[in-house]
Amino acid sequence: MRTPSVILAAALAALSLGIAACGGDDEKSSESAATPAATATEAPSGQIVSNPDNAAIALKIGSKNFTEQKVLGEIYAQGLKAAGYDTSTDLNLGDQDTALAALKGGQIDAYPEYTGTALTAFFKKDAADLPKDPQAAYEQTKELFAADGITAFPPTPFTSSNEVAVTQETAEKYGLKNISDLSKVADQLTLYGSPECRKRMDCLLGLEEIYGLKFKKFVPVDVAQRHEVLSSGRADVSIVFTTDPQITRNKEVLLEDDKGMFPPYNPTLLMKTETADKAGADLATTIEEIQKPLTDDAMQELDARVDLDKKEPAEVAKEYLQETGLVK
Amino acid sequence: MSLALLAQLKIQDRSSATSSCVESNGFCPQWIADNWERYKTPLIQHIELTLISVAIGFVIAFWLALLAHRRRWLIPPITQFTGILYTIPSVAAFFLLLPLTGRGSTTAVIALVAYTLLIIFRNVTTGLDGVPAEARDAGRGMGLTAHQLLWRVELPLALPEIMAGLRIAVTTTVGLTSLVFLAGAGGLGEAIFSDLQFRSNVVVAGGLCVLLAVVLDLLVLGVQTLLTPWTRAAAR
Amino acid sequence: MTHTFAALGEFGDAINFIFSSRENQRGAPVGGSHNLPLIWEHLKLCAVAMAAALVVALPLGLVLGHTGKGSFLAISTSNVGRAVPSVALIALFIAFLPGSPEFLNVTLALALLAIPPILTNTYVGVQQTDRDAVDAARGMGLSGYQIIRSIELPLALPLIFGGIKTSTVNVIATATIAPLVGVVTLGDPLVAFSVYGREGQIGASIIVAALAIAAEVGLSAVQNAVTPTGIKLERGAEGRARARFGLTKRRIQTAP
Repeated sequence: MRTPSVILAAALAALSLGIAACGGDDEKSSESAATPAATATEAPSGQIVSNPDNAAIALKIGSKNFTEQKVLGEIYAQGLKAAGYDTSTDLNLGDQDTALAALKGGQIDAYPEYTGTALTAFFKKDAADLPKDPQAAYEQTKELFAADGITAFPPTPFTSSNEVAVTQETAEKYGLKNISDLSKVADQLTLYGSPECRKRMDCLLGLEEIYGLKFKKFVPVDVAQRHEVLSSGRADVSIVFTTDPQITRNKEVLLEDDKGMFPPYNPTLLMKTETADKAGADLATTIEEIQKPLTDDAMQELDARVDLDKKEPAEVAKEYLQETGLVK
Repeated sequence: MSLALLAQLKIQDRSSATSSCVESNGFCPQWIADNWERYKTPLIQHIELTLISVAIGFVIAFWLALLAHRRRWLIPPITQFTGILYTIPSVAAFFLLLPLTGRGSTTAVIALVAYTLLIIFRNVTTGLDGVPAEARDAGRGMGLTAHQLLWRVELPLALPEIMAGLRIAVTTTVGLTSLVFLAGAGGLGEAIFSDLQFRSNVVVAGGLCVLLAVVLDLLVLGVQTLLTPWTRAAAR
Repeated sequence: MTHTFAALGEFGDAINFIFSSRENQRGAPVGGSHNLPLIWEHLKLCAVAMAAALVVALPLGLVLGHTGKGSFLAISTSNVGRAVPSVALIALFIAFLPGSPEFLNVTLALALLAIPPILTNTYVGVQQTDRDAVDAARGMGLSGYQIIRSIELPLALPLIFGGIKTSTVNVIATATIAPLVGVVTLGDPLVAFSVYGREGQIGASIIVAALAIAAEVGLSAVQNAVTPTGIKLERGAEGRARARFGLTKRRIQTAP
């Protein structure tokens, strides 16, 4: 009779020890007060060189909740790690408001935001006031963020805009070429978009106010399903992104933004200014190096490797850095 | 800035749709074999969260049951309280805890622990109640103190019922842990959600979940058999 | 200390969200009476799923329990069912039936989720009815259907209701993730932070928790109403509390 009780007591004790041993949460990253003295010299091939002084700087890179964001987050994290920084990731945070809140609250140190999204969703610019030129859009974004104590690094070469997409059949059936063509038939069509689309001027709200469209129904779904809903026939219209590989594969038709509702969207890495200052000169140069090969075609290829080939964002980011010679 | 020409990314020609298994969204064993690595971290997170939550829940509920064993009047209020914790949906609990513990595994564990309390408390109490009066009398007759009676007679006899409760707690927690991705704590639910419409992904991640539950269930059953050699393992 | 006050402040905002509507930034009115369509959709989804589950599981459990056949099926569905993650069920339907309407997909997934506890509890409840009572009834010439209806069903009611309660609460809980696939229930504020804000997230959680507790209490009241007086009188206060959460002695293990 004694043995089972002893074993039982021992088991309980072991469980309790196990709980105590298994630690708690990760704390958010802390930054060192030291600034790296020298900048890294570059190898002639354009490869990122590791600067040991950067190892004291810990950077947590976040991202929003769709493929392109996750790939970008991984590219920045791995690229900066190659430059010697102590990087970690906290990807897939949620929509733009969640990500910005995480940045401001210190949960992450940086994440890539689109200039257009920042201007319309954060700074509430009217469509009429939106700059058409990507560089002008970036300058405006940079100024507005600087007032908030956030640095917006120079943008990537590629641009990935919100687009209104329909299937080829739908386009032919209703003779759709521009978004304004939808005004005659919108009350027969169902629009699918991300949950935050409902309150964004560069999404449903803009379609309603600028184009005066009144859809039969708006259904919010997770942004990852934006093409599936079109191809399965549940959606008549969907909001997609320019760099999505599914557009060419599924032969979707993108409607022209004839009233100029969509601003330019170039990703710019956002970081709190005090964090950026402590990270030293390598930060800005490395970010620029990382971004240079990111053309429209390149980004679409990377998205395709995740969405179509079903590879992991981390793996795809590594391939990008290796194929462009940034990392050995 | 370096003026060297950087190599460009290799761009594949994707204009023609291929008939590959992955592209046509079938069930792809080859893809699974090549990509099983991506399930390692979610699986480990899932196991950790389940085991930690059940362990903490067991310790708390067990202690509550021992407390109520000698003070019968405690049973209805404790049952009601753990019952309310059991009824509150874990998804709601994640967000109710948000102002207090934020996102992450702490919030997840608290919600998961709350769910197991009723199950374990109920079974320990029922198990102890089910000890035959003769066994207690015999123990007292042998001169055992109340404490010795509990640990040497009552608990061992209550073991099958306690273990049965532990099994239910473990399998239910495995299922619930698939929701902790909403609290930012990862797990196999995160893996499912990362590609909701890719059939192979859903089947593998969901299957791993069920497999994990079966394995843990059998493990507890094994422990029960070891600890109670005098009984057949209780019917499920 | 400030952290606790901040937390209390957030709960205050959440209560405010439940009762008063406001304009969230541009357009999109939320809160207050605008929660009603969400609550309605949530209840609609749960009601249809539960109805479907009851129609399948109750008769099946009663018949299997009465005849004693299919015990492996009845018990294993619960064990396996407990472990299947609700997200996976919903994902399975979306992945394998992409063309069918979301409401149907989610209803089917929820119904599947709800069947195991009802089936197992009904089976065990009927199975463990006092054999003497059944034999006496058979001796009196009652048919199988009459035995089920007048003897086994009333005696098994606590367990059956236990199963129904578990299922209902599970379904209400799982309906909160339906917005991820397009069915706009009370889970919408939880997943669309930018539309509803933090107070929306917490407010909706409070409503969901309240719904679950209300369902539990409501079903217990129904159980009390339909349980024959004779069976109720056997128990005292402790017995009633135990019966409510299933602390009665059983040979076979079921969920609360």
